Amino acid sequence: MKPAAFDYVRAEHLDEVLAGLAREGGDARIIAGGQSLMPMLNMRLAKPKTLIDIMRLPELGRIERKSGNVTVGAGVRQATLLAWPDLREALALVALALPWTGHVQTRSRGTVCGSIAHADPSAELPLVLCALGGEVHLRSAKRRRRVSAKDFFAGMMATNRADDELIEAVSFPADQSRCAFREVARRHGDFAIVACAAVATKNGVRLAVGGVADMPATREFPRLESSALDDALNAFAYELGARDDVHASARYRRDLVRLIGADLIREVLA
Amino acid sequence: MSRLPAGQRHMVQFALNGKPCGGEAEPRMLLTDFLRHQVGATGTHVGCEHGVCGACTVEIDGKLARACLALAVQVEGCAVRTVEGLAPASGRLSILQAAFKRNHALQCGFCTAGILMSLDHFLRETPQPSEQEVRDLLTGHLCRCTGYTPIVRAAMEAAAEMAGDKSREKSDA
Repeated sequence: MKPAAFDYVRAEHLDEVLAGLAREGGDARIIAGGQSLMPMLNMRLAKPKTLIDIMRLPELGRIERKSGNVTVGAGVRQATLLAWPDLREALALVALALPWTGHVQTRSRGTVCGSIAHADPSAELPLVLCALGGEVHLRSAKRRRRVSAKDFFAGMMATNRADDELIEAVSFPADQSRCAFREVARRHGDFAIVACAAVATKNGVRLAVGGVADMPATREFPRLESSALDDALNAFAYELGARDDVHASARYRRDLVRLIGADLIREVLA
Repeated sequence: MSRLPAGQRHMVQFALNGKPCGGEAEPRMLLTDFLRHQVGATGTHVGCEHGVCGACTVEIDGKLARACLALAVQVEGCAVRTVEGLAPASGRLSILQAAFKRNHALQCGFCTAGILMSLDHFLRETPQPSEQEVRDLLTGHLCRCTGYTPIVRAAMEAAAEMAGDKSREKSDA
């Protein structure tokens, strides 16, 4: 349970980070709060040649609210976002979900962008980013681009970030719509067996589900009568391709999607 | 920018419980191992080494942190606080530590250092916590002996004592 050897780079300028990624590509990994990457290093599931630490770059530590979006820099810790005074008003869904991300003792170090980079299928922040239709801001030495949440996640712990790109920030639309969040886990703060987020839309509800498929899944539900809604949720639950594992059976996961999904949709439309 | 090559030892300097502290570490060395093996501060325990059990919880720059999920080289220039920093003087216990002793909030003691660090930090930020808030904090720790009830009782008693409640019976703790 000790990491394999790597070079450690303590970056002081963003250019150094981008140059490092351009030079070393997939052999380099960015470390921010370390709450997802360090376990991977300790278990040797990741063995990068170089670790580039970005936590001493003040420009990445900002939370900015501009033209209907809240942009959270790569160095912003989860606890910092949770303590941001505008959070409840600007990002109600994030305010509901973030207390479920890890524990007090990990949120104090872990970053918002780090959780999204890690792309664990049961993590709350990727789920919320998908539910709100947020964007990931990627930057390499050559270019900058923004990718929508639905195009960013590519599978279990896999994303469409290129090896030379840094996740510079993520942005969430500041959304005043009604929303709801619920999660079932073995212990508060453990990985979700199922997590659901619901956001009211013009024609109904957008429901996002984590912990079941290999990445967050989002579906729009129009306003439906209760039996039609039950059928639609049941079809959605099956489409997610739930699997049995040590924590829960596939059937139990489908049950949770049906039950929590119906509850949240009702809650948001009430 | 500083690049610390793999396989070589590099000098790391920081403040440990308010005193200057230093030693040599390879980039891959965890803060837990650095504290225990390089510094000799063995109060911080090593449990799961992937951030789940909470036994290695310390403070880095006033924030709670799993020492097993931090590299020694990352705390360069930081202020680190460990369980060795809790007692006000040699041979004395802090209010929280004394409450743990009175309430049998530890049995084997393996998880205790981390739980004390979390609660010490938490009680400073939340001087009058509810039992639910204490239990929520404790979800970040695993204790396989006590069933948590005496830990919650000790935390609530320590909070009351810090808030000036002197009503509890005198004991030798």
